[in-house]
Amino acid sequence: MLFEVTLSGVTLGGMYALVAMGLTLQYGVARIMNLSYGELLVAAAFAAFWFYSGLAVSPVIGLIVVPPIAFALSYAIYRILLQPLVRRAKTRDALEVDSILATFGLLFVIQGVMLALFGGAYFSYSFLSVPLKIAGATVAANRLLALLLAVAIGLALYFGLTRTRIGTAVRAVAVDPVAAQLVAIDVRTASALAFALGGALVAAAGVLVSMFLTFNANLGVVFTLKALVVVIMGGVGNLLGALIAGLILGLVENYVAVFVDPGLTLAATYAIFLIVLLIRPQGILGRSSR
Amino acid sequence: MIGLGLRLLSAATAVALAFALPASAQDKVKIGYAISKTGPNAGGASITQIPNYEMWVKDVMAKGGLKVGNKRLPIEVIEYDDRSNSEEAVRAVERLITQDKVDLLFPPWGTGLNLAVGPVFNKYGYPQLAFSAVTDRAPELAKRWPNSFWLLGTSKQYVDALTGLLKKLRDDGKIGTNIAMISIADGFGIDLSQAARKGFTDAGFKLVYDKSYPIGTQDLSPLIGEAQRSGADTFVAFSYPPDTMALTEQAKVASYAPKVLFLGVGVGFPMYPQRFAANVEGIMSLGGWSKDNAATQAYAKKHEEMFKRGPDRWGSQVGYSSLQMLEQAIERVGKLDRAAIVKELQTGTFDTVLGKVKLVDNMMQDNFWLIGQWQDGFFVGLAPQRAGVGTPVVPKPAWKN
Repeated sequence: MLFEVTLSGVTLGGMYALVAMGLTLQYGVARIMNLSYGELLVAAAFAAFWFYSGLAVSPVIGLIVVPPIAFALSYAIYRILLQPLVRRAKTRDALEVDSILATFGLLFVIQGVMLALFGGAYFSYSFLSVPLKIAGATVAANRLLALLLAVAIGLALYFGLTRTRIGTAVRAVAVDPVAAQLVAIDVRTASALAFALGGALVAAAGVLVSMFLTFNANLGVVFTLKALVVVIMGGVGNLLGALIAGLILGLVENYVAVFVDPGLTLAATYAIFLIVLLIRPQGILGRSSR
Repeated sequence: MIGLGLRLLSAATAVALAFALPASAQDKVKIGYAISKTGPNAGGASITQIPNYEMWVKDVMAKGGLKVGNKRLPIEVIEYDDRSNSEEAVRAVERLITQDKVDLLFPPWGTGLNLAVGPVFNKYGYPQLAFSAVTDRAPELAKRWPNSFWLLGTSKQYVDALTGLLKKLRDDGKIGTNIAMISIADGFGIDLSQAARKGFTDAGFKLVYDKSYPIGTQDLSPLIGEAQRSGADTFVAFSYPPDTMALTEQAKVASYAPKVLFLGVGVGFPMYPQRFAANVEGIMSLGGWSKDNAATQAYAKKHEEMFKRGPDRWGSQVGYSSLQMLEQAIERVGKLDRAAIVKELQTGTFDTVLGKVKLVDNMMQDNFWLIGQWQDGFFVGLAPQRAGVGTPVVPKPAWKN
């Protein structure tokens, strides 16, 4: 039983991590506190739903098609909507405030488009909801897929950021955008890439989540909040931190649900969040640079 | 296109939208409503409630307008988004009454918002035909606000119906005395689970697992696991639509097949059989549909044609009936005299898709199903005992993959 609870906790945590990774890139590197983040996730979920029920195309195809579209869209959003703010902002803090306001507006635009297209009703479909037995415990295949993808993306991006030239440039921008310019790094391009990559990640998360969660056009804020908790807990801009924080939250939630009381899962989540903030305000793997 | 543009505007700026024309004397009927087009209530509102409003207006207009006296008047609709927020709903309803000067109001969605706007409806004497609210305070509220009608009943009614059903199954030796119950920690779940805790124990059942979970819980597998380990024959969940979907999926993945599987809001939604297909067989929930009622069947068909999806098999038919009652009350009164309309609603007998309806103390009396079960792709009513009642299929058939 302990194993079963742990397994389901790990898959839930994997989903949290997956949902948060895009935000940690957008916030950590591009310095954009993207409040419309969850809306983009829900939009991707709708896209997957539409692929599946409208065109009878497997969500796995959606997983290949939707993230590149989201990448392009996010890139355009950054270049057109956010870059003027970046240019104008005198300090990082000013940029953060401006980006919060701008993306807050964007949230309503995306939500409004989804409401106009799909209405406010709930949507869901069934895909890969087959039980898999792992050492006697049962787990849903679609949730396991989300976990595996979270780990794969987390590791791939981690190595991409630490072992490649462009990855190093992106990290340099995250640490100090001014100094990065001095060593001939194109800060704007690196930031735009990071933001767009974050958009692609959240779209992938949206497609995966749509396989097992029921969603409607108003659900975005739930994901934004969860992602924010995970990002801050793991350390802003740190992908492995997001993975670890997501897993911790998933495990704690499920342990509390089984061994204490399901009514206390939210309280436990925020208690852990508070404890981490008290002990390591910069997050589990975050650097105290400021 | 204008509608779409306006809807965008309303969502984007949270500014209310109105298909308004300049007002003049009684050459049309102004009907206003505030409803949750955004926020957590939007899912329920746009499945059970908004389609009924749009459909009824279309139906009345197809007849040439709303019959008031010897004239048929066109209907003008003013719609606001209450953003699932009770203060916003109260403000919008006040605005509809005092500034837009509407002749009639439709209620908002859900128990909470109907309670919130109750005093405003009452202050200005507008009939409030609430059909998406379930509260044990309904009889008391109907006394305090005689203009308010609580058509979907009380928590106790549902629990009594469910308990009666389970009791019979136990006496027939089909299920044991143990029940596992979970509920959402929100109005509906709290009310229903409280009533059920008492009802079940009074009837000699034993609650071997009884937990509530917070809104927005994204993994319900631990609860399903615990219910499964409890060994209870009956699993009852007072859940909201997203959780109802997740519970069904998780129960299927875990091959958890209790003899009675009762789930909350959402089982009657059109997306439920769409998603789970043959696996819905044997699942019970609130609501139900009559097999032999041609009127509800025609209603469902029209609903499907107009919205590309069927009605909710719980509240939708009650909702459409409430609008028919309002229409007939106005026709009989012959003018837009709200006090007289309220009086007629209280005392008259109405011809609705549910059949003949006569309210007692502003509530329906066995006019619709409280408990239903999916049988051969049809959500059959099992309780209360009335004409056309189905026989429960117990144990629930095994899950198919």
